[in-house]
Amino acid sequence: MSSIKLRVVVALSGLAFACAAQAGQTATPVKVAAQTKKAASKSRSAIAAEFEKFRDIMEEASPAELFEAKGEELWKAKRGPKNASLEKCDLGLGPGVLKGAYVKMPRYFADTDQVMDAERRIVYCMVTLQGFKEADLAKKPFSSASKTPDPVSLVTYVAGQSRGMKIAVPQKHPKERDAYNTGEEIFNYRAGPWDFSCATCHGADNLRIRTQDLPNLSSKEGAIAAFQGWPGYRMTGGLMHTLQWRLNDCFRQQRFPEPGYVSETLSDLLTYMGVNANGHVYKGPGIKR
Amino acid sequence: MADPMRIRAKAKDGGVNVKILMAHEMETGQRKDSAGKPIPAHFIQHVSVTWQGKVVLSANWGPAISKNPFLEFDFKGGKKGDKIQVTWTDNKGDTRTDEATIN
Amino acid sequence: MDQTRRNVLRAGGGASLFALLAAAGMLQPEAAFAADWNQKAFAAKNVKDALDALGAGNPANSNDIIMTAPEIAENGAVVPVAAESKIPGTESIAFLIAKNPTALAASFDIPAGTEAAVSTRVKLAQTTDVHVLVKAQGKYYMTKKEIKVTIGGCGG
Repeated sequence: MSSIKLRVVVALSGLAFACAAQAGQTATPVKVAAQTKKAASKSRSAIAAEFEKFRDIMEEASPAELFEAKGEELWKAKRGPKNASLEKCDLGLGPGVLKGAYVKMPRYFADTDQVMDAERRIVYCMVTLQGFKEADLAKKPFSSASKTPDPVSLVTYVAGQSRGMKIAVPQKHPKERDAYNTGEEIFNYRAGPWDFSCATCHGADNLRIRTQDLPNLSSKEGAIAAFQGWPGYRMTGGLMHTLQWRLNDCFRQQRFPEPGYVSETLSDLLTYMGVNANGHVYKGPGIKR
Repeated sequence: MADPMRIRAKAKDGGVNVKILMAHEMETGQRKDSAGKPIPAHFIQHVSVTWQGKVVLSANWGPAISKNPFLEFDFKGGKKGDKIQVTWTDNKGDTRTDEATIN
Repeated sequence: MDQTRRNVLRAGGGASLFALLAAAGMLQPEAAFAADWNQKAFAAKNVKDALDALGAGNPANSNDIIMTAPEIAENGAVVPVAAESKIPGTESIAFLIAKNPTALAASFDIPAGTEAAVSTRVKLAQTTDVHVLVKAQGKYYMTKKEIKVTIGGCGG
């Protein structure tokens, strides 16, 4: 009995580690050697172009829309212990203003004296307006085969209200600038058993894992990849995920302690990544591998 | 109870372009859960689209259609303001019908 | 499927009424809906058996069927496939996936007035040939394309 259990655990952890282990074998993400770089990048870019082309086709009718619809229903419904809707929720542009709010977050909110990203703010509204408990929402915050948590659908709905708009994450308030600086520090902070940082995979050009190109999130051109397509419908498992999930998974893959759900750490990191992406047009909730 | 479909029906070039997304697991019956128990197949078997009482597309599906299925096709005759109805039925007998207006 | 049954369903507006009727023995789901769902064809483990079950025999290769699908799929769970038939009198279009556990993925009936072109998304268990089978004026035609399935990165 216990040996069977053990084998299962080993098999599972093998799976979970497969991704970073793959990267680890060749001293972290593959950097294409100079002499083969030209030939390799040609075929790689052909594959990337093929992926891009069909992803674009799919995004014209993305399953993310099903979650947007669900989120809209949840936004407008009277729910929670206070039996209230979220229609008075202030996402930074005034109570109930959704158009363009997502592309201007994270931002500073005077009522909490904090910089908050979209999901953090929506959870705040669910707590203050509807009476939900943050601890309950943080228990199982990520989508699974059996459940899509409400905040995921809500973020997807709110993000859809910024489709086609320019990303303009503000840097006016001193706390917004602080958040950017702290976020940059977190991005470059190396630690853990593998001595990883976000920058190990996402801090230089021309890195990839298997067939997938890794965007350089510290560059203006690359940073949009961290914003675009999220919240994203992940083809693997067919689950809707937000940036809270994505960043949590990055920390897990680096063997870091996982950050708290809707924590300040993630707002800071999202501010850094968001500001770097400023000026690009946001295409709305997308499709991810 | 199944979630609503997303139906987009657009009049163009004398015809109507229809795009449909359905919320469905499309479980193949090939997978096992964490306890090693097979997860029973659960998938849409039949889809039909009607316009003015006439079937403009009908389909039979197996479990190889992706989760949260997508379907696109074009038919002639429909015009702006007309309605179309889409119905799916799965292998457990669950069914759902949604309606959309051509725009 | 006959018109009356469809109207009953539409009036019911969903699963609850249907379940009620089914429970009361007024509808039998299998009998009502599996009527034109070809059990044998959908259970076939390879393309040949599926073609036999569909009564398609040895379909002729045709260049008048145009399949649009990626050379390499980013993820085998969601592979966009589209097929268009230029063969006059096209009555149905089916997708068959050679190396899936069961080959027949979908079959679409094309009534007069509907373009002989459909798009959907399918699961591929591995790199495989995908076939499009067209029935036109009682005869069968086919084309195929190989789609490669890759292993991806961390989840971006």
